[in-house]
Amino acid sequence: MRSFVGWTLLPQRAVHQLSSPKYFYAVSRIISPWFALGFLVCATYGLISGLLFAPPDYQQGHGFRIIYVHVPAAFLSLIIYVVMASASAVGLIFRVKLAYMLAKSCAPLGASFTLIALVTGSIWGKPMWGTWWVWDARLTSELILLFLYLGYMSLGLSCEDSKKADSLSAWLAIIGVINIPIIHFSVNWWYTLHQGTTLSLTKPAIAPSMLWPLLAMIGAFFCYFMWVLLIRTRTEILTRERQCQWVKGLGIRD
Amino acid sequence: MAVTRKRRFALIVFFVGGIGLIAGLVLFALRQNVDWFYMPTEIRQGKAPMGKSLRVGGLVVKGSVVREPGSLFVRFTLSDRSEQIVVEFKGSLPDLFREGQGIIAIGKLDERGIIVASQVLAKHDENYMPPQIKNGL
Repeated sequence: MRSFVGWTLLPQRAVHQLSSPKYFYAVSRIISPWFALGFLVCATYGLISGLLFAPPDYQQGHGFRIIYVHVPAAFLSLIIYVVMASASAVGLIFRVKLAYMLAKSCAPLGASFTLIALVTGSIWGKPMWGTWWVWDARLTSELILLFLYLGYMSLGLSCEDSKKADSLSAWLAIIGVINIPIIHFSVNWWYTLHQGTTLSLTKPAIAPSMLWPLLAMIGAFFCYFMWVLLIRTRTEILTRERQCQWVKGLGIRD
Repeated sequence: MAVTRKRRFALIVFFVGGIGLIAGLVLFALRQNVDWFYMPTEIRQGKAPMGKSLRVGGLVVKGSVVREPGSLFVRFTLSDRSEQIVVEFKGSLPDLFREGQGIIAIGKLDERGIIVASQVLAKHDENYMPPQIKNGL
């Protein structure tokens, strides 16, 4: 009975422990190199097989290979937003400082991936569609995502009081999450120039020889995100907790 | 969860739900404006304005592409499988323009019921495959 109680308490205690900045700082140091390794392995396989060995597309020829940057960047731009909004919600509901630090560290990464998705999409659009940009539902909603990230970042910077900045920007992140399903389903709900979804769990509309490098590149981008997120959060922890005894004990000089 | 946490959680659900509902209603009301192009059927039903710039999308009907020798003038028919509309265009076509391909023409509807296009864009589909597989199908 005692051991049973111990087991049920274990995850709760682990979560509680992990939400302490000091503990997270120590654990993330051990985890983050594994994401760096995952990024290197996936990116090496994905880039080599995608750019050199995957067959050209029956319509777009070699030009389709920009998919190996565009789709992972667009995918991550959505995933990161969901992570950022979830962390913001945890911060608001449970008043966990670490959650705010994680959310804040997500924003520049998400904004970068969104910008990469927009720019590579534009470069892809010119030769295939015949235009750099159109105001269809998919492209417009992805541009709004970039503005949401930038708004989140500037709102955090505009407040002197860091607690107020945290909760204000958290609200923006949470409300902006409405845009995520709009981006994803825009190609189904409305007539757009952008084509429908290629990747699906049941029936991907892409040949397996082209699909595997794409999945590897998505894995690579995800590992990169996790790697840099942990590094950024560690820096954020040190900055915010610099007055704490445990940080002073680390012996880091400015 | 403690009462204050439950209250904060409810507040977030309420706000996101409320603003989501507003966004949904606005987008539903404006759905015609959010659509980036008209289908030939909608134009035949008179939903598209005459003499104003509009976009029409459809598949290029096989065997309908007529080019005028010695110029860039081209005429083709767009279909959405139930209705068809003729498009006239003078200019360079995108690389992916071909019969059976999804195309969006930007131009004006004239009295003859023909779209006089100023720009033609290619809309490719979500399928990617090697040429050998395509030939085998």
